[in-house]
Amino acid sequence: MNIAAPLIEVENLEAWYGRRRVLHGIDFSVQPGEIRVIMGGSGSGKSTLFRHLLGLQRPVSGSVKLFGIDLANASERELLGVRKRIGVSFQGGALLTSLTVGENVALPLREHTTLDESTIRIMSRLKLEVVNLGGFQDLMPSQLSGGMVKRAALARAIVMDPRLLFFDEPSAGLDPVVSAELDELILRLRDALRMTIVVVTHELESAFKIADTITVLDQGEILMTGSVAAVRASDNQRIQDLLNRRPREVLVDADAYLKRLTEEEA
Amino acid sequence: MNANANDVASEIRDGYVLVRLSGEVDLSWSQAVRLAVLDALDHDTAVGVDLSEVSYIDSSGIAALVEGFQRARTRGSRFALVAVSDAVRAVLELARLDRVFLLVATPEAIVTVA
Repeated sequence: MNIAAPLIEVENLEAWYGRRRVLHGIDFSVQPGEIRVIMGGSGSGKSTLFRHLLGLQRPVSGSVKLFGIDLANASERELLGVRKRIGVSFQGGALLTSLTVGENVALPLREHTTLDESTIRIMSRLKLEVVNLGGFQDLMPSQLSGGMVKRAALARAIVMDPRLLFFDEPSAGLDPVVSAELDELILRLRDALRMTIVVVTHELESAFKIADTITVLDQGEILMTGSVAAVRASDNQRIQDLLNRRPREVLVDADAYLKRLTEEEA
Repeated sequence: MNANANDVASEIRDGYVLVRLSGEVDLSWSQAVRLAVLDALDHDTAVGVDLSEVSYIDSSGIAALVEGFQRARTRGSRFALVAVSDAVRAVLELARLDRVFLLVATPEAIVTVA
């Protein structure tokens, strides 16, 4: 049995945008070596949860712990320690446009280590090879296709061999072959480099291929967390709607509706 | 998990230098591995790196091996990875380096393999 402490622990997490509550008391944990997929439709709260996991947004209430460290109450030193052990691949890549691809990938090594330049060069080019961008180090991000940007961002996210990798929408905007290659790579990163990986996606095929466990979010609540088989077999109507791409029924509360249309501060 | 202590040791043998690594090679001490590999190459003889007791190697450790291999090639020396453990092989395969390095099963094969 795996009795290791979870790498991620979220307890009773609440998030609000104005008067709209977008996360309702989320409890969430991820074990070392696990590939967890957070799945949900648009507006389900998955991006908000993702930002909280990265410490980019502070919880209104509840807590987010990575490696046992509460992000909201951590010292600068503790936060730096956490940042060195995580890698993040953002949906849009977030490459620095004034740096070459190679400089982008090498950036975390230059910021966080005292490795000699030769090691930094080999490590960053190695990761470009891993994502099938070998030899592209001297190009600027503007010279890359969307799929290449995403892969370069992944190379930067894994250049420090993070224990915990966050990956936002790996398949979005990619052709099916590159998308399948990325799925395969995610599995190999876990196996070869022992990464724990959290992937946010709404791509069902990708989720089912890579996930050990899936957390299904809907309207700010976790509908379930379970294995691929358990999610597929769930008798929850919303989960089945998501899996079968059925549009949801929008309930109309006449009072609330009129209020939203007419109140000055709706 | 980690049965072997982190260690690097070199010994001069008949016709080659063998660098033995053990434990988990990561950022915390991979620079010592790099220096040991580069020092071994200074003997101007074949070099083998025994990886049988390595339970984990990260990219900085792999980078040390790549740099050693490249330096050996420029000097015309032979450089081989010996008895590669499954954990190391998985990382080599991730970057397709298993097709780049010379991999041998035993130290003796460093000098005998064609």
